[in-house]
Parts: sequence; structure tokens; C-alpha cells
Amino acid sequence: MNVSQSDDIIICEDVHKWFGDFHVLKGISVRIGRGEKVVICGPSGSGKSTFIRTLNRLEHHQRGRIIVDGIELTDDLKNIEAIRRETGMVFQQFNLFPHLTVLQNITLGPIWVRKMKKSEAAELAMSLLERVGIPEQAHKYPSQLSGGQQQRVAIARALAMQPKIMLFDEPTSALDPEMIKEVLDVMRELAQSGITMLVVTHEMGFAREVADRILFFDQGQIVEEAPPHEFFAAPKHERTKLFLSQILHH
Amino acid sequence: MQTSPQGALPPSTRPRLAPASLGRWLKENLFNTWYNSLLTLVSLWFVWVAISSTARWAFATARWEVIPANLTPLLIGTYPRGQVWRIWTALLTVAFLAGATAGTAGGRGKRVAAWVAPLALASLLFPLRWPTRVMLGAAVALVAGGYWLFRGKRRLWPWLAGAWFFSFPWILFLMWGIEGSGAMPRVETSAWGGLALTLILAMVGIAASLPIGILLALGRRSSLPVISWCSTALIELVRGTPLVTILFMAHLMVPIFLPELRIDKVVRAMIGLTIFTSAYMAENVRGGLQGVPKGQYEAAMALGMSGPLTMLLVILPQALRAVIPSIVGQFISLFKDTSLVAIIGLLDLLGIARSVIANPRWLGLQAEVFLFAGLIYWLFSFTLSQSSRRIERALGLTKPS
Ligand SMILES: Nc1ncnc2c1ncn2[C@@H]1O[C@H](COP(=O)(O)OP(=O)(O)OP(=O)(O)O)[C@@H](O)[C@H]1O
Ligand SMILES: [Mg+2]
Repeated sequence: MNVSQSDDIIICEDVHKWFGDFHVLKGISVRIGRGEKVVICGPSGSGKSTFIRTLNRLEHHQRGRIIVDGIELTDDLKNIEAIRRETGMVFQQFNLFPHLTVLQNITLGPIWVRKMKKSEAAELAMSLLERVGIPEQAHKYPSQLSGGQQQRVAIARALAMQPKIMLFDEPTSALDPEMIKEVLDVMRELAQSGITMLVVTHEMGFAREVADRILFFDQGQIVEEAPPHEFFAAPKHERTKLFLSQILHH
Repeated sequence: MQTSPQGALPPSTRPRLAPASLGRWLKENLFNTWYNSLLTLVSLWFVWVAISSTARWAFATARWEVIPANLTPLLIGTYPRGQVWRIWTALLTVAFLAGATAGTAGGRGKRVAAWVAPLALASLLFPLRWPTRVMLGAAVALVAGGYWLFRGKRRLWPWLAGAWFFSFPWILFLMWGIEGSGAMPRVETSAWGGLALTLILAMVGIAASLPIGILLALGRRSSLPVISWCSTALIELVRGTPLVTILFMAHLMVPIFLPELRIDKVVRAMIGLTIFTSAYMAENVRGGLQGVPKGQYEAAMALGMSGPLTMLLVILPQALRAVIPSIVGQFISLFKDTSLVAIIGLLDLLGIARSVIANPRWLGLQAEVFLFAGLIYWLFSFTLSQSSRRIERALGLTKPS
């Protein structure tokens, strides 16, 4: 996979992060190829969220290097905003803007950050709503939608910035079981498009089907990384085995 | 009192007391023990004495003719009588906006009528001149028109909030007029007075303190220590000082610091009120900012939005919307607090009231005049607080109780 610099859209070298005295990320080194689909799993508190949030600098790392699409993440605000424009993020709690309609939620970024014309942005938003299957909800407010619909709007909002990378932090964990599928279906369809995806999730069916590679986190480290068939059939580490036995029994 | 859109029981479905059960209710609640019975009788006696003596005074002793005789100054001070149409225009603007607000907030037509009808009725009962009655009628019509035009158009409320905001400079412009103009000559602030002045002071105080308060609130949260220190110091300094002191300071200090500007008394009072209100407004806004969840900042930043853009488009709209009720509350208390400007010699509603009773012709009629002034203060405050509760519900800021 690690052929040349330009093939890897995300490069992490020995990334460390502390919350006060607490060492959350203990030397993460990983390269993610252009268009690769990576699923991240691991026990609660192992640092999965913290890791993907360092990739668009919602958290900043204290040691090591992170290079996204050829730009290194430092305190330079210009770089950070440039990387954020290339990187869409979908949160567990959706984080839609409650004072804006669905359409306005989606067009906000394109209009104000990408400087797109209003009419163009609205057109783009409608086509994205079409894609995630809820064009009829365009003029409602987020609070009027179901959880699954809200999360699909959040995906559309991230896609409206036409990002090269999509980060998902447990996108289905806050959803009722009957809504999980509608969101996963959208993500499956998205995976076909060639975009780079990093997904923190416990949906092992999704991982098996979509991932090129699975990263297993434990206590701030990547304990195991393997393609899905290998990861599920022959996990090498005890901790991976334990985790899999717990989650698959569930 | 208020029926909520969904959920809570409307008052009419509460069990009615049948006459037979009324006796039982009295027995169970008011006369269940000997000391409770005694307490009930004593309270009844007090209530009776209070009501009967007040009524005797109000209908027999009181000389109410002092009110109609001084009604015009009490309402508009010494504003030139030929220019009163400007005040009416201002009032009509407000009437329209009030109706429109009731409409967007989803107020029921009946409720709007319940507020407006007594006004119309009172204008017929009281000895007003016909032009006044016609203008009051026009105000009522505009409330109804605004209500009808904006009914159910909830999406327009941000525009309406903007319209309210800009109505303030518009009203000031109407009051002030244009230097050297024939149709709308300049009216110096020394001629402003009465209820109109009271309302204008409260309005300017709120409108000017909102942006200043927002800046102070943002300043207090700033990551730059100098800015956050200065903002905090200013807020705490003002909040620890009584309004009277600030008014006196503005009255006495502004001419010392800016002698060449010759700022007039009314403007100095406005400055004092604005400084005072800004500090409280800043704290209100800060509360609203704290209520916006962290995820909102993160979602905006993840889109690549800059800090100021995030604040302007995502955080502030949510924070301000959440503090609308406290802003209205602030307006009400400011409206009442403006009565303190009488101390620095302004002729607001209370100032005019005091000058009326100082007139030998109306000697000894303090009670009538002050009661009337108090009634006006109460009427406005009560209307505002009731409407703000409606707006709160309409915006979904409180759960229907
Ligand atoms: N802002 C913070 N301040 C201090 N500690 C934090 C902060 N955010 C996270 N942590 C701690 O860092 C550790 C890793 O958190 P993180 O959210 O990355 O875990 P996670 O793997 O995503 O877990 P989960 O599956 O529960 O989401 C946890 O122990 C958490 O308590
Ligand atoms: Mg997490």
C-alpha cells in the first residue's frame, strides 16, 4: 500500500496526544491510501475518536507528524482550514445546526467557505438529499426529522464541501436499530464512489463488507491491522480475540 | 392561563365546581379547623376593608379630573402639538410590528383581540378627543393587519426581529426630525417628555446595549487575556454600581470629559442607561453562549469555517434566540428603571407626574396622579411579560407547562 508519497492521502508518524497527564494516543503510525476504506474499532476509551479528530485538528497532537493530502497539520490556521475543507466529518450526535433548515444546513459550508453561488449550492444540496434519499425533507428543521434522517442530512452536509476524505465517528451508535440500516446503506453507496473513508464503528457486518483494512485500537495504540477476512478469521492478538468474541456475541 | 399549542389541558376542561361541591370545598379547605376558620374570617375582613375603602376613595373622594386635564403632557411632555403626528407614526409602526409578532409567534386571534379590545373600548369611555380616537383605532387596525399578514409565517421571525431592531432608529428619527425642514422640523430633546420619553429611553437602552452586550460577552470569553480582563472588569464594575449613580455620573461627568460636544440631558441619560444595561445584557448573552453545545462549534469548524464565521452564523443565532426571554425581561426592568431619570431633571412619565402635582391648581392630588402613572407602568410591563411568554413558547424555548 505504501508505494509513494502521493498515493497516501493520510500519513501519521508516531502521533502522541495527552489530555493533561492522561496519555490517550501512544505513538500512532499509519498510512492511508487514496480511496482506501478503513474501519477503526476497539474498546471504549481506547482513543478511536481522539485519533480521527486529530486528523482534522478538532484535537491537536503533541508529538509526531500528521500529513493530510500533502499538507502537514501544525498550528497554522490556513493549513488547518484548508485540510478541513478537504475533510468531511460525521459525528455520533449528528450536530446539525438546529436554527437552520435541512437545506440551509447543507448549503452553509458551500456558500460561506467555498464561496459558491446560492442557487448553485441549493442545487448541489438537493442532489445530495436525493442521493441520501430524503429530498422531501429539504425545508424542515432538524428537530422535525428522525435520527436516521438527521444523520443522512449530516452526511449530505459533509459531502456538500466535496471532500476527498470522509471521517465517521460512530455514525450509527446514537440510532435506533431500525434506522441503522438506512444510514449504513448511504455509507455503502458512498464507498463505491472512490472517496477515502475512515469509519469508527462497531458494525462488523459493515466492516466486513466495505473495509479494505481494519485498525484495532487498544489503550491508545494500534494493536492489530489487517484486511477484514484476516481480521475476523485469524486475529493475532489476545485483545483482538477478546474484543471480537464480545462484540460478535452481542 | 395560557393554553399551549399541544399537550397541557386547556383551562375549560378543568373540573368545574358545582354549587353543592362548592360548599364542601369551602368546608374542606377554608373551615376545616377552628384556627383555619378564624384565619379565613380575619382575611376576609381585611380584604373587605381594603376593597371598600379603596372603592370609596376612587369613586367618591378622588378628583380624577386631574388626569384628563394633564393627559397630553403625561403622554408626550411638551412635544409641539402640531408635530404630534410623528409620535403617532412611531406608535403605528410599533402597533404593526406587535401584530406581526403575535402572528408569527402563532398567537391566537382571540388572544390578540383580548389585548386590543380593551384599548379600543377605553378610548371610547375616556374623555378623549376624536382625532385621538381615530388614531387609536388606526393602531388597533394595524395590530390586526400585522397579525393577519404574518399569521403562521414562523419562518419570517428573524426578519421581524431585524425589523424591531431597525424600528428603533426609525422612531428616533421621527422624534428628532430634520434640521431646517418645513414638514418635519427639529424637535429638541428638551421638549420630549412623558410616557413617550420613558418608552424611548427604554428602547434606546435596549437597542444600543444589545450589540455592546454581545461584544462584551464575546470579549469576556476571548482567549486574549487583555480583552477578557477589560470586558470582565467593565461588566463587574457596572453590575456593582446602582443605576442612580451611573445616571448621575453620566449627567455630571460627560460634560466634563467632552465639554466641546455639549451633549444634551436626554442623550446623557441614554448613555447612562446604555452603559448600565450593556453589562446585564452581556451576562445574558454569555448565558446563551454557554448553552450552545460544543458539537455545534465542532461541526462548523469541521466544515472549514473560520472562528468569526462560526460565531456569526452558527453560535450567535442560537445563543440570541435562547436569550430573547431574558432580553424582554431586561426591557421591562429598564422600562421601570427609567423612572430614575426624573432625578436628573428629565420629564419622563414620572417627572411630568411630579411637575403636575407641584402645580398649585392640583394641590393634594398626588395619589390620583401617581396611581395613574403606576397603572401605566404596570400595563406596559404586564403586556410585555405576557407576550414574551407567548414568544418563548412559540420559539419552543420552554416546554408547555
Ligand atoms: N477532552 C478530554 N479531556 C480529557 N480526557 C478526554 C477528553 N476526551 C477524551 N478523553 C479521554 O480519552 C480517552 C479516549 O477517548 P476517546 O473518546 O478517544 O475514546 P473512544 O475510543 O472513542 O471511546 P468510545 O468508544 O467510548 O467513543 C478516554 O479515556 C476519555 O475519557
Ligand atoms: Mg468515541
